[in-house]
This record gives sequence, structure tokens and C-alpha cells, in this order.
Amino acid sequence: MDHILVAKNVSKSYGNHKALSNISLEIPENCIYGLLGPNGAGKTSFIRIINQITHQDTGEVFFNGTPLAPEHIALIGYLPEERGLYKSMKVGEQALYLAQLKGLSKSEAKKRLKYWFDRLDIGDWWNKKIQELSKGMAQKVQFIVTVLHEPKLLIFDEPFSGFDPINANIIKDEIIELKKKGASIIFSTHRMESVEELCEYIALIHKSEKILDGKLSDIKKAYKNNIFNVGLQTQQDGEALIRTLGEKFNIVSSHIDPNEKQLDFKVQLPSAHTSEILAELSKVANVNRFEETIPSASDIFIQTVNSKDNGK
Amino acid sequence: MGSKLGLIIKREYLAKVRNRSFIVMTILSPLLIVGMIVLIAYLAKINDDEVRVVTVLNESSYFDEGFISSRNISYVYLDQISVEQAKDSTASMGYYGLLHIPKGNSIENVARQARLYTKDNPNTSVTQQLEGIFQKQLRQDRLGKLGVSSDQFSEVEKPFGLNLSTFEGEKSLKGINEIKAFIGGGFGYAIMMFIIIYGGFVMRSVIEEKTSRIIEVIISSVKPFQLMLGKIIGTSLAGITQFTIWIISASILLMLAVLLLGLDLGAMTGDAPLPSETMGGMSQFASMDSEMMMYAKEVFDIPWGLLIVSFFIYFVLGYLIYSSIYAAIGAAVDNETDTQQFIFPIIMPLMLGIYVGFFSVFSNPNGPIAVAFSLFPLTSPIVMLMRLPGGIGQGGVPLWQLLLSISLLIVTFLGIVSLAAKIYRVGILMYGKKPTYKELIKWLRY
Repeated sequence: MDHILVAKNVSKSYGNHKALSNISLEIPENCIYGLLGPNGAGKTSFIRIINQITHQDTGEVFFNGTPLAPEHIALIGYLPEERGLYKSMKVGEQALYLAQLKGLSKSEAKKRLKYWFDRLDIGDWWNKKIQELSKGMAQKVQFIVTVLHEPKLLIFDEPFSGFDPINANIIKDEIIELKKKGASIIFSTHRMESVEELCEYIALIHKSEKILDGKLSDIKKAYKNNIFNVGLQTQQDGEALIRTLGEKFNIVSSHIDPNEKQLDFKVQLPSAHTSEILAELSKVANVNRFEETIPSASDIFIQTVNSKDNGK
Repeated sequence: MGSKLGLIIKREYLAKVRNRSFIVMTILSPLLIVGMIVLIAYLAKINDDEVRVVTVLNESSYFDEGFISSRNISYVYLDQISVEQAKDSTASMGYYGLLHIPKGNSIENVARQARLYTKDNPNTSVTQQLEGIFQKQLRQDRLGKLGVSSDQFSEVEKPFGLNLSTFEGEKSLKGINEIKAFIGGGFGYAIMMFIIIYGGFVMRSVIEEKTSRIIEVIISSVKPFQLMLGKIIGTSLAGITQFTIWIISASILLMLAVLLLGLDLGAMTGDAPLPSETMGGMSQFASMDSEMMMYAKEVFDIPWGLLIVSFFIYFVLGYLIYSSIYAAIGAAVDNETDTQQFIFPIIMPLMLGIYVGFFSVFSNPNGPIAVAFSLFPLTSPIVMLMRLPGGIGQGGVPLWQLLLSISLLIVTFLGIVSLAAKIYRVGILMYGKKPTYKELIKWLRY
């Protein structure tokens, strides 16, 4: 598979503070790549290196197979986490200015801006000043400016902060749409719900080091621990039933609702084989739920970060 | 890349020029300045026109013809009344004072007992004039006793002025050094004001970009150095626009004011450092006109071409040096209140330039202090301009000093701009920390 961006052993320090140590990443073309990590892990430092705002101390970065160079700037769109617009400048003028700085001609920029302003339903704001807009509205303008020059690589740093759920959804759909049109997307966040929905690949950065990367579905498989959620409908005494089952299986937790005659529990099996326990259960009760728990990105995130911290 | 710089310059320029306070300042300042000048001229005129009336009650037989009304004192003679009556009538007429010269048997006794009555403490110039009149008559009388006739006396009293000349034999004038340094100082002062005002604008504009968080969006498309340079150039173009509007509109307004109000602006400069008038200097008025001509010629002879070219060189380099420091400061802080500790060290050399310039260049344009400060890059834009009206070479600034001064300025410019750009580059992405000098030095190594 082709990679839009490859980083090899990239390190960066600020004085005594190590921001990135030996980070190596491969970001496949035309996918959404989640760059995850707690605050201060080094995500923004890495993104700034891609944008050539700063340079790595050691290591190499390749864009589309060639070493990262100033001309790549026009092929990258970046929505920083710390973002804003000139407060006293008109929206349209400002968008035109930023688009021209990205290398678009004035007429081309105008044409595309009109398309996007209509698409995101903000056409009436062209002559408004930023200080008259709400934060969410300003964010939309910023999103447009980021994608306007149709970059091959888009970098979104916490793109949904500042949006209400409705607009966040609109933006999410736009990001998916951009990917369909062929863009590669780096998506940096510490909000795991959005990762689950969007990312095909992730890398986890913690304390300047990469501690995990790969395809999200593979990672999830690797983090499976054969725990199953079970729900039973039964007339028997729940407590007793749990005790009996506990002799044979490793019950992790349980919950009994006597009114509904409902018994829920989690069980960890030694392997992924389920026939034995299902046979056992169907003898004593009516099984109304049986599912494997797949670790969420959030679980993986917390688990890896904690094990890393404790391992030290 | 060049077109991006152009875009940045244009944006900075328009952002500044469209700013409401900028427009207000541009329109109001000439009105204020002209208003001030008109007011000062008007006050000077009033002051000039005020004639103090002194009544003279002369009961003696001396001092009959001494009291000739002058530009600001006129005399009214009283007769046949007592001193008390004279005082009352002087006060009731609202006159300035009463000079009482009592009876006496000798001029010395009369003079000793003469007295000036006024409402408050009398004005020094009035007492000096009166004393001068007494003094002159007494001197004439004393010399008369020694056998000097009054013709001989007026021969003796003829005023004298020392002839002044340079080594080359040109006639030189008193106070011309001060006038020249004053003109140069005007240019230097303009540079200082421009730096402080527009350097401040650059700084605030950087802070605005930081606080509005647009900075990272922009430097993902352009280099920080380009942004800094574009900002400095754009802001200074706005400043030049403003200055040009000020100069043009102020001169038009001033001409209108002169025409409409008939003010004599010369009245303001009447107190300029002209040679001090000697006693009874009436006879000097004629010679003063020709001297005025010579001053005009000297001012005209100032190497204006050189001065203006140097002004632009020093202006551009000085402004770039200082405004890049301002930009670095703006980048280092999060808000304007944190800038104070950094601003003071910048303004210091500027102030020093102005004060040292006015004190040392005025008295000795080629003295060691003046030379040192006109070479030191942070003060040279101001101090060198004060020295330059004296010309280059003989009697003026040696050519090597001018060249050295400009070269030092260029080297400093390159050094400071690259240091400032480094601080700027790091600073614009730093939030929430109030930086110390130590930290700034650390940033230089990132």
C-alpha cells in the first residue's frame, strides 16, 4: 500500500524537554488516521513538523515518497487545535486572504469559497466580522479555509471542539466525504468516541513515545480478552445460579434484577470457544443476550497508557 | 514566495489603515497640531502686544528726557500732585506702576531715593529697563564730572559686536550650531516618534495574532520570518501614509490659519537664540536685519540633500531594527500588560539618543560624546542626524564616521533581525507563560 506520509525515527526536544523520541509512523494513503494520546504527549509537536512550522532534530519525514520540502505545504491542509481568525476582519476577506496564502488565485479562491459557504449554509456571513459570529460559526469558516485548496493530506487537530453536536455531525460527514474524494486525513484527538467512528488506523503517542500503532480492527482483536456479556431470563434464584456457574466459569461481575427476573453477568472464557458455556446456560435459563466484549478505543487507550506508566 | 509577502504587507496595511482609531488620529492630529501652533502664536502675540504703563512723578530736576516709551513700557508723566495722590490715581487707572523721583540736590541723591511702586512684585524686564535708564544717566553724570562731554559720552557708548569667522575666513554666526543641531534633531526626533508609535503598532498586531490564535493557521502557509517582515513593512507603510497626510494637511491648515487669522508666526521664533540685545540697542536693529539674512543663508546652506538621503537611510535601518525587536516582544508575551519590562530597555537608547544629542551635539557637534553616540547603532539614527546639518568633511562630520556609522547600523540590523526572528518564531507558538529574559535567550538556541 502507498503511504502519504512516512516518519522515520523522528525526535525533537525543546531545551531539556523531550517532545518526540524516535517516532516512526506510516500513514497510508486515502484513509483516516487517528493520532491519539493524552494532552502533552507530543501530537502537536509531530503535526507541526509535518507542517514545517518546526523541524525535527533527528530523523526523516517523507511526503508521498519524497523528503518533506516547502513545496509540500500547498498539498497539506491543517486545522490547528489553537485556532482563530482576525477579529476585526470581514469573514469573506479573511477567507480569501488565507486561501491566497495557500497559493490559490483570487478568482479561484472566490469561486471555491462561494461553493463551500453555500454548502455549509453560511453564505450570508461573507460581509460579517468575526467578532459578530459565534464560536461554532467561526469554526466552520476555519474548516472551509483548511480544505479549500483541496490538499492531498488533511490534518485536523481536535476538529470537533467548539461545535455543537449538530454541527459536529455536519463536519464529521464532510470529513468522510473528503476521504471518499481521495484525501488522506490525520485526525488528532483525545476524544475516543470520534476515533471509533472515523479512524481506520491509529497511533498512540504517550510521553513523547509511540506505544502502539496499526489498523484499528487489528488492534482491537489483539486486545480482546474473551470476556462475554451474558443476559439470562430465569425463575430461579439468581444468587444461587451465579454461585453454581461460578464453580465452572470465571464470572467477572454480575447484576441481578429480581423484579424483571433478569440476571446479567460478565464471564471470561479461557478461549474464544463458546459452545460449552452456551450449552450449560441453555439448560438452566433462557439466554436473551450473549455477546463478546470488544475493547473500545478508549479502553485500549487507558489500558496501554496505564500499563506503560506502571511498567516503568 | 514573494507574492505571499506582498499579500501579507497588503493585509497589514489595510488592517491598519481601516482601523477606526487610525482614521480618527489621522484626521484629528493635524487639527490639533495646527490648533496648538495657532494658540501659541496667538498667545505670543498677546504677550508681545502688552504694553505696561508706568506713571512717572518726577519732582527733581534730573532725569527729564530718559523715559522714552519702548516696545513694552510707555510712560505717563504726572505733575503737581503728592506721592499718595499719584499712587491712588495710578492704581485707579489700572496702570502698572508709579516711579517716584523725589526732589534732591544732586543726581546721586535723587537716584538713591527714587522708588518704583507696583501692585505686586514688579516684572524683571521692567525693573531692568528702568535701572538701565538710571544707570546710563548716572554714568554720563559721573563721567561729566571727570571732564567727559556728552558728545564724547555717546561716542563711548557706541555698541560693539565681536566679528566672528571660521578658519577658512567665512563669517560665522553665534548660535548657528544650535540651530543646525535643532534642525537635525527634528529629523532624529521624528525617527524616534515613528519608532515608538509604529513599533508599538507592530507589537500589538503580533499580540493580536497570538491572542486570536490565528497565528498557527498562518504560519502553516508562510514562514514566520515572512510574516514578521510583512507586518513590519505593512505597518510602516501605513505610518508613512499617515505622516504624509499629516504633513500635507497640516501645512494646508497652517497656511489657511495664517491667511485667515493674520497671525504672525514670526512672533514665535522671535525668542530664538539671537545675540542678546545690548543696552539701548536701538541702533542695532538695522544690523539685525542683515544678520537675519545671514542666518537664513546658513540654514539654506545646510546640505539638505545629504540630510534627506541620510534621513531615509537611518530611518529605514533604525526602524527595521527597533520594530523587529518590538515584534519579538509581541511574540514573547501573551498580552500587552506583560510587555512593560521589555519595552523600557528599547526606549532607553532612543531617549538617550535624544537627550545626549541635545546636550552634547548642541555644544560640540564633533566632541567625543557626540561622535561615540553617532556611531553606536542604537542611537546613531538620532544623534548622527543631529550632527549632519554641519555637512561632511571640513568643519562637519568626517566621511569615515558617517560610513562607519552606517556600516555598523547595517551589521546590527542583520544581527538583531535574525535574533528577533528566532524569538518571534518560538514565541508565537508559546502560550500561557510569562517569559523571562533567561527564557528568551534559551529560545535563541531552539
